[in-house]
Amino acid sequence: MPLVENADTPQSAKGAAVDRATGEAYWKKTSGLMWTVLAIWFVASFGIHLFAPMLNPIHILGFPLGFYMAAQGSLIVFVVALFWFGKRQNEIDEEFGVQED
Amino acid sequence: MSASTKEKDPFIASLGKIYAGYTGGFAIFVVLIAILEQMGVPDRILGYLFVGLTIGVYAYIGIISRTQAVAEYYVAGRRVPALYNGMATGSDWMSAASFIGMAGSLYALGYGGLAFILGWTGGYMLVAILLAPYLRKFGQYTVPDFLGARYGGNAARLVGVVVLITASFVYVVAQIVGVGIITQRFLDVSFGVAVFVGLAGILVCSMLGGMRAVTWTQVAQYIVLIIAYLIPAFLMSAKVTGVPLPQIMYGVALERIEGLENAFRAAGMTPPPGVTGWHTQPFIGPNGQFSMPAAVNFFALVFCLMVGTAALPHILMRYFTTPSVREARQSVAWSLFFIFLLYFTAPAYAAFGKVEIYQNIIGQPIAALPEWIKSWQIISPYGVPWINIVDVNRDGIVQWNEFRIHPDVVVLATPEIAGLPYVIAGLVAAGGLAAALSTADGLLLALANALSHDVYYKMIDRNAPTARRLIISRVLLLIVALAAAWVAGNAGADILFLVAWAFSIAAAGLFAALVMGVWYKKTTNTGAIAGMTVGYVLTFGYLIWSEWFGLSFVQLFGSKEAIVAAARQVGTINPSFVSADLRAEAAAIVANAGAVTDGALAWFGSIIGLPTDSVVLRNRVVGRLWGINNISGGIIGVPVSFLTIWLVSKFTTPPSQAMQDFIDDIRIPRGGVRLADQREAVE
Repeated sequence: MPLVENADTPQSAKGAAVDRATGEAYWKKTSGLMWTVLAIWFVASFGIHLFAPMLNPIHILGFPLGFYMAAQGSLIVFVVALFWFGKRQNEIDEEFGVQED
Repeated sequence: MSASTKEKDPFIASLGKIYAGYTGGFAIFVVLIAILEQMGVPDRILGYLFVGLTIGVYAYIGIISRTQAVAEYYVAGRRVPALYNGMATGSDWMSAASFIGMAGSLYALGYGGLAFILGWTGGYMLVAILLAPYLRKFGQYTVPDFLGARYGGNAARLVGVVVLITASFVYVVAQIVGVGIITQRFLDVSFGVAVFVGLAGILVCSMLGGMRAVTWTQVAQYIVLIIAYLIPAFLMSAKVTGVPLPQIMYGVALERIEGLENAFRAAGMTPPPGVTGWHTQPFIGPNGQFSMPAAVNFFALVFCLMVGTAALPHILMRYFTTPSVREARQSVAWSLFFIFLLYFTAPAYAAFGKVEIYQNIIGQPIAALPEWIKSWQIISPYGVPWINIVDVNRDGIVQWNEFRIHPDVVVLATPEIAGLPYVIAGLVAAGGLAAALSTADGLLLALANALSHDVYYKMIDRNAPTARRLIISRVLLLIVALAAAWVAGNAGADILFLVAWAFSIAAAGLFAALVMGVWYKKTTNTGAIAGMTVGYVLTFGYLIWSEWFGLSFVQLFGSKEAIVAAARQVGTINPSFVSADLRAEAAAIVANAGAVTDGALAWFGSIIGLPTDSVVLRNRVVGRLWGINNISGGIIGVPVSFLTIWLVSKFTTPPSQAMQDFIDDIRIPRGGVRLADQREAVE
């Protein structure tokens, strides 16, 4: 097994990668996305389950809906939201030209 | 920076082939065992083959991945593609508790148990949006590295290390207990021997190759554990419903459970202790009616598990290993997907197991129970029989409340419940072992790295040569592993409840400082150190106080009624578990119940409208502030930690321009990182 060190060790940079204005605009948009995903997280983790007692009388394929949301529904939301987040953040990176080269 | 990622690395390029071949090889191995079983080879030999061969493969991967390079040892050379890092994180994450215990908790708690399903998945949202990409951009080796670079050096680093060690050590002890339980059951050796067999399996994976070896072993372990978890569930679904799609078909099982529960109740029966009588009903008390404390506890637990997920260093350090920031984000999504595959199947296990037992066991004569029940009526390492049938009314028929099953049996016995051959039971054992070993590997590495890299290299000897750093690392790994095994061997299964504490401790100690370090530029060194310390001390102190000194806790925060109730509870516990002093004190309180006054802080103990009380758990009277179980202890520590950091930062000197430049750099994927203090650089 080769024992080559080909890892990227963190390098110290001399200056900022982008100018201040771009950096600030980028961070504003990134923060916006963060708050959006955080809101989805909050609703899927807590908000929807507050209504579990009301949702449970509805049965779909045998599942009481309130139970289903905690057992599967919210989990599916988490997975889909994270893949969407990755894609959206990449678009923002490219829009401001701050993606890794 | 990216040259090495763009070049075709032959090893990375052939990963798909390697693991496809490995998966195929594992499938052939399982088929071979099945054939051997048909030829009449005894079960015990098959058990040895399963455990021996899988550990052998992990050891082989560990040995060929040995390394002398620091970056390989600490962060697997930063070339683990997002998908594979996702799988490795999945098995790093899913422990013996997830693999064996989760379905059993759902069996016992019904809807209440779904707090674990939600809490142990949703936290990855926080990891992805708040932390992982920025930690990857920062790009050193450990989580305390980040705290040191962002918050001015060794003081912050040291607090981070203390939190990390507390949380990871209780967690790793529980994993070694898990390894011991599985090895003991399937190899038929004593618990003490089983623990050290497991330990050997863990060490051989991580000692030589550090993170590199652990990463590629964990990918292999994920493949074994997910196959081992899904196959019995599919077969069980086919048996109960006729359709092998457990995740969709268990709705049918849930409906049958509801019907059977109603029928049992109509016949005047009650559920066994610890098992809910309303499987699908949310937020209910023991009488089946809505209960506010149950709802508060559910959401508090979800919150603590999620925030804890986003603060556990053995998980966060996995995102240091991807080639880029972009892949770090992608990798969190893959991690969650691979974890999701197991977690959305766990409630199906619970439902199918429950239907089988309710339909085919309850109401049967005890003399005519199926064979598999008898094979599990043996004493578990928890000190009670795995399955215990207590004929309360002595009528020779199994009543609802007479069938007591230990939660772990739900997964371990599924193959037998479904009447499947022994090869499937062996497969489940191999899966459980993979889950426990992979988590233990990750935790041990996190612990050893914190001690060798953060304490020894960064704080004691900045000029230590690479070779010595790696030797120290390995020696510390061995010492930590032996210490954990020693504790596990002595304390046994009684300490498994400590796992949940790790989440609250990590959440309260680290989460606020990490998140605000990235997202709030004005966070000062003093603020962060104060916030971490306050969160950690408050949470850890609260846990110890409420768990081991429950009566004194209620005497301070409880009303006079709560104090008398707690004293009465002391009297109900088996005297061999209670000190004579405590019993005398409790008896005195009960004797003078009229003279008892509210605790000094009783106003605080009921400030949210729910009173402070106590419950009998683990043969102790455990205090509950506001009626919240101490498993959710972080519910107070996390907000207090955020508040402390914010307040102290307001009144201390704002971070320097150099520190603000550093924060600007970690926020942006492109370019390098300008450290505020060059002494924080590694290498």
